[in-house]
Amino acid sequence: MKRITFRELTPMTTGWLALMGALLVVAAIAGAAVLYMEHQGHWVTGMTNQVVWGTPHVFAIFLIVAASGALNVASIGSVFGREPYQPLGRLSGLLAIALLAGGLAVLVLDLGRPDRLIVAMTHFNFKSIFAWNVILYSGFFAIVGAYLWTMMDWKMKGYYKGAAVTAFVWRLVLTTGTGSIFGFLMARDAYNSAVMAPLFIAMSFAFGLAAFILVVMGAYAGSGRPVAPELVTRMGRLLGLFCAANLYFVAVQHLTALYMADRGAVEAFILADGGIYTLLFWGVQVALGGLVPMAILFSKNATRCTVRFAAILVMIGGFAQVYVILIGGQAFPLNLFPGMEVSSSFQDGVVGTYAPSLPEVLLGIGGFAVAGLITLVGATFLRILPDSLAAD
Amino acid sequence: MTETTRRDLLKGAAGAVVLAPGLTLIAAKAQARAPGSAASAANRFGLLIDTGKCDSGCTACVDACKTEMGLTGHDRPATDVQYIRKVNVKDPATGAAHSVPVMCQHCAKPPCVDVCPTGASMKRADGIVLVDRHICIGCRYCMMACPYKARSFAHEDQTNQREANPRGKGCVEACTLCAHRIDAGAKPACVEACAATGKAAILFGDLADPNSELSRRVAAEASTRIRADLGTGPAVRYQGI
Ligand code: SF4
Ligand code: SF4
Repeated sequence: MKRITFRELTPMTTGWLALMGALLVVAAIAGAAVLYMEHQGHWVTGMTNQVVWGTPHVFAIFLIVAASGALNVASIGSVFGREPYQPLGRLSGLLAIALLAGGLAVLVLDLGRPDRLIVAMTHFNFKSIFAWNVILYSGFFAIVGAYLWTMMDWKMKGYYKGAAVTAFVWRLVLTTGTGSIFGFLMARDAYNSAVMAPLFIAMSFAFGLAAFILVVMGAYAGSGRPVAPELVTRMGRLLGLFCAANLYFVAVQHLTALYMADRGAVEAFILADGGIYTLLFWGVQVALGGLVPMAILFSKNATRCTVRFAAILVMIGGFAQVYVILIGGQAFPLNLFPGMEVSSSFQDGVVGTYAPSLPEVLLGIGGFAVAGLITLVGATFLRILPDSLAAD
Repeated sequence: MTETTRRDLLKGAAGAVVLAPGLTLIAAKAQARAPGSAASAANRFGLLIDTGKCDSGCTACVDACKTEMGLTGHDRPATDVQYIRKVNVKDPATGAAHSVPVMCQHCAKPPCVDVCPTGASMKRADGIVLVDRHICIGCRYCMMACPYKARSFAHEDQTNQREANPRGKGCVEACTLCAHRIDAGAKPACVEACAATGKAAILFGDLADPNSELSRRVAAEASTRIRADLGTGPAVRYQGI
């Protein structure tokens, strides 16, 4: 195997400063949005007593799911011994940590009482999937951090394989935990399904790799380092495979639900007459974010450029997918009296109205900025990126 | 959270007989609790609502709840807090219509308590489900989990607070079954208000006391629970739906 030289990004170049500045500004705007929402209270957002989780949660879940998927490249290289992926293991670990931190920041800053974060860290109800997730997330930081260390310090080489396997298993458990936040909700017809856990794992593979491809291409273009086109198209084909897996579990999710008579109404809502949610499902999630990128990525003429385009589509489609699951699933009314027509002053029996408000969107984008900042700072001060990804 | 310890029992020993170490018999009576004594597992407070007596135009229970709990609306129906609401239910096949008051059902197996990460959502020994607003972080997972849409989020700063019901922006709240009144030996505000209209559609009582009117009626008459299929075991029963 050829020797790989890792080198830090050069700070204080024009491009570096511009990126750093832009990320800081976006994060600051998100901070201002949080202050505004917390000061006014959540009534200034689109969230209501019916749609209790909104756009911030869409961003947060997308980022958290993508985080565990971003670690795949490292796992493929180390756990499954695929050599072409090994040089990218460090970036894979760093990006996983960064995306998770970005997602959690959004989640925490949308709490009704973010000032009580310490309460969440000290009071645990072990029956709650949420509490388990707090442990899974903290563990992810620690394990992936240790994994990074074994990759970067030759004295730790002996622990490399063990750390790699632990991180891989942990990330599967973590995504299972994220999916189970929904899987165990019997209150809402759109959720409460065991398929949620594997579905979220498939989603994480696709979103995480798409994000990873975009970061690699951006970082190498920006720092003027070479990347072999074959590496990009190879990752592209893998992304195509993950898109297929995601679509497969989406099909299972809806087909099993259609089979249950009492899920008919919510399925009809998402798949046929849910307005924006139906449009997002078929148009953006399935077509734009699934079928189109698969066609591009499996094409014989895939190039760096088309792979990048496909990865962007996968990100957009994934975002729509989380939006449909999360917001669509809540907008559909709760079924207190099956088979009856209901109405009340509390929006019983009607589809919840939800429109994302600007501060929510700004907070969500801030999550991406936090992830970007961590990645940029990490790659600037640590030897994360190989000098060259050329084919030699 | 609130577990009835042996010491609590001994402290509030009125009506409690210690048969043997670890075995305590408590005379089950819906009476005022001595100050400082814990809620007792010997009680299971609940309601029986006869929708046949409930008039669709009447909002006496809803209004009484708002006054008792200090709930002020802001003319924003999607975000305003509601502890109890009247749901108009109509059978499309027959046209039969009812007006059904729905509040927190004080589930025996409350999903809101299961999912709450901090333990802020909790069930008292006597079955009343409450939110400890000192440790609620406002994550709203309980609102996702409640099958009865019983909970509201305080979407704004609160004014007009009542001593018995401290509220705060950013926390989740719901019907407390008027725990403060029950602890003082009184009935929930909605029950009293409904009785004052002469309809008396809501009966309050102790399901754990076989001699209570509530227990005797649910033993003798047909009653149902909303979404009984979910297995949450609501303490609120309905007749006529
Ligand atoms: S009705 Fe809802 S809020 Fe009340 S105990 Fe049951 S799950 Fe909890
Ligand atoms: S909003 Fe409060 S009571 Fe509800 S689950 Fe979260 S911490 Fe618990």
